[in-house]
Amino acid sequence: MPLLEVQNLTVEFPTRRGVLRALDGISFDINAGEVLGVVGESGAGKSLTGAAIIGLLEPPGRVAGGQILLNGSRIDNLSRDKLRPIRGKQIGAIFQDPLTTLNPLYSVGRQLVETIQTHLKLSDRDARERAVQWLEEVGIPAARQRIDAYPHEFSGGMRQRVVIALALCAEPRLVIADEPTTALDVSIQAQIIALLRGLTRDHGTSVMLVTHDMGVIAETADRVAVMYAGRIAEIGPVRDVVKHPAHPYTEGLMGSIPSLEHRVERLRQIDGAMPRLTAIPRGCAFNPRCPKVFDRCRNDRPELMEAGVTRAACWLYARGAAHV
Amino acid sequence: MFAFITSRILQAIPVLLVVGFIAFALFAYVGDPVTIMLGQDYTAAQREELVRALGLDQPFIVQYAKFVWAAVHGNFGLSYRLARPVSQLILERLPATIELAVTAAALALLVGVPMGVYTGIRRNSPTSRLFMVFSLIGVSLPTFLIGILLILFFAVLLGWLPSFGRGDVVHLSHWTTGLLTVSGLKALILPAITLGMFQMTLIMRLVRSEMLEVLRSDYIKFARARGLSERSINFGHALKNTLVPVITIVGLQLGGLVAFSIVTETVFQWPGMGLLLVQSIGVADIPVMSAYLLLVAVLFVAINLIVDLLYYAVDPRLRLDRRSMTGGK
Repeated sequence: MPLLEVQNLTVEFPTRRGVLRALDGISFDINAGEVLGVVGESGAGKSLTGAAIIGLLEPPGRVAGGQILLNGSRIDNLSRDKLRPIRGKQIGAIFQDPLTTLNPLYSVGRQLVETIQTHLKLSDRDARERAVQWLEEVGIPAARQRIDAYPHEFSGGMRQRVVIALALCAEPRLVIADEPTTALDVSIQAQIIALLRGLTRDHGTSVMLVTHDMGVIAETADRVAVMYAGRIAEIGPVRDVVKHPAHPYTEGLMGSIPSLEHRVERLRQIDGAMPRLTAIPRGCAFNPRCPKVFDRCRNDRPELMEAGVTRAACWLYARGAAHV
Repeated sequence: MFAFITSRILQAIPVLLVVGFIAFALFAYVGDPVTIMLGQDYTAAQREELVRALGLDQPFIVQYAKFVWAAVHGNFGLSYRLARPVSQLILERLPATIELAVTAAALALLVGVPMGVYTGIRRNSPTSRLFMVFSLIGVSLPTFLIGILLILFFAVLLGWLPSFGRGDVVHLSHWTTGLLTVSGLKALILPAITLGMFQMTLIMRLVRSEMLEVLRSDYIKFARARGLSERSINFGHALKNTLVPVITIVGLQLGGLVAFSIVTETVFQWPGMGLLLVQSIGVADIPVMSAYLLLVAVLFVAINLIVDLLYYAVDPRLRLDRRSMTGGK
């Protein structure tokens, strides 16, 4: 049984001008110990998926359909009180900007100890000891001396290490990392990703890694889900999605990444822009920009279907659709 | 820290000199103390003698220096009206005003902050809406009207509480207190509510808007994502982050409570400094007025210093230079 199952998840935002459907029936699994990368353009719904899983959708956003199962039991319909022991202990979260995710008025030690004691029955002394261990584990030099320092006394990269320690300190089974390196210097990004990958591997933690950096995904993830306009366009093992993309959108995405192996005069680009949520076209959401579009794409919406090793939401693979 | 306090006190000196100058200018240009003191019939010789005795024939700057020198020693001259030292008059009236202001401030904080937190968290609950309507009334109704309405209901119609005065007071050496007698406490209730009402509703609205702001922040979202309890998030992480702006406003407001309790003291005939000031203004008793002016200035300077120190206590980011000098912790 997969650790996390997301089935047909739909997230809507009621607005004055009608209901916006930000996530439209997305389904995927994450297995124990697995790293699932989630890529897509801004506004494709990547971060929203993570927020929905951990129950932190900003109102008025709400789960309008589908379900989310953790270890086979539903967590999308839990009350706030029932959800609290799951957050941090079962599912951890790492956010984008380490400069704003730490409370500026509490020392990092205090934030760690509070989180540890919320989930584990430990005395003040043991919790503090555990906090020091975590700071050492995420690579804070002189952790024992630095534990009473405040967030502003750390650099951005160091703060993100503290954030990772905070997200992992109650040993969650799954951690949702929402663009954990976007706000960092390029030189630090690789370190943080390596740290995250190493720690989660050591602790057997599954990761849902949300990013728009295909390079990070290619290095880190086992499988990847490509999102487009609130839907999953393609999902499959990283190697196959990168080398042999099935969905024309994924193909375009891969073509737009510079590579050392293949020298090209000019990187390919996908014409047009992702549609806004208010104006998602009928049929396949990608059809106005798709180079391989045909009639069916403009009328019927494709579900995920077998496309070689990966699964893609594209009518090009409709012959295999019979058994899906 | 010591250097900081010293520099703040040094900065306060020019402020007080300027206020002192204005207070002194009152003496020099508002009314003529000689005429007031001599009464209706006097000879030119008598006048000249008094002018010399009062030192009014000396150059302006010398007079100002003398005034400052006397003020530093707590000597503000004699009240024209009561012919007693002004410092003594103010010291007699000070306890009543301080007790009233502190009670009003405590009321405003102890009720205003929790109401602000509550309305910040449960933005749309009926209770929150009720609080918001109530706060609108508190912010917009003038103090004297609130006082008069309270007197009408609780003193006149219901007869529960006295409508004026301070009740029985107990003398503790130089301090007279109304907090130790039942009638003193009863007499304190209505004026304290009247004086504290505006501050309470202001604090509530301020805390609410700051809470709304902070609750949207990433670190609160991250705290939620770590499964911390609602109590810890709302009253620890969120409330503490609202404190810096709240302290600023509350500090200034508390200064205002002491300085401008004039209206409340007049409505309730509360024997404090405010009432003294109003009575003094009525008869142009300038020494009392200028001493009051200086006292208020000192009060504001002192409160600002305390507010600055509280910033340091609340926000570790401001302690940065001190920490880096000692090399981390």
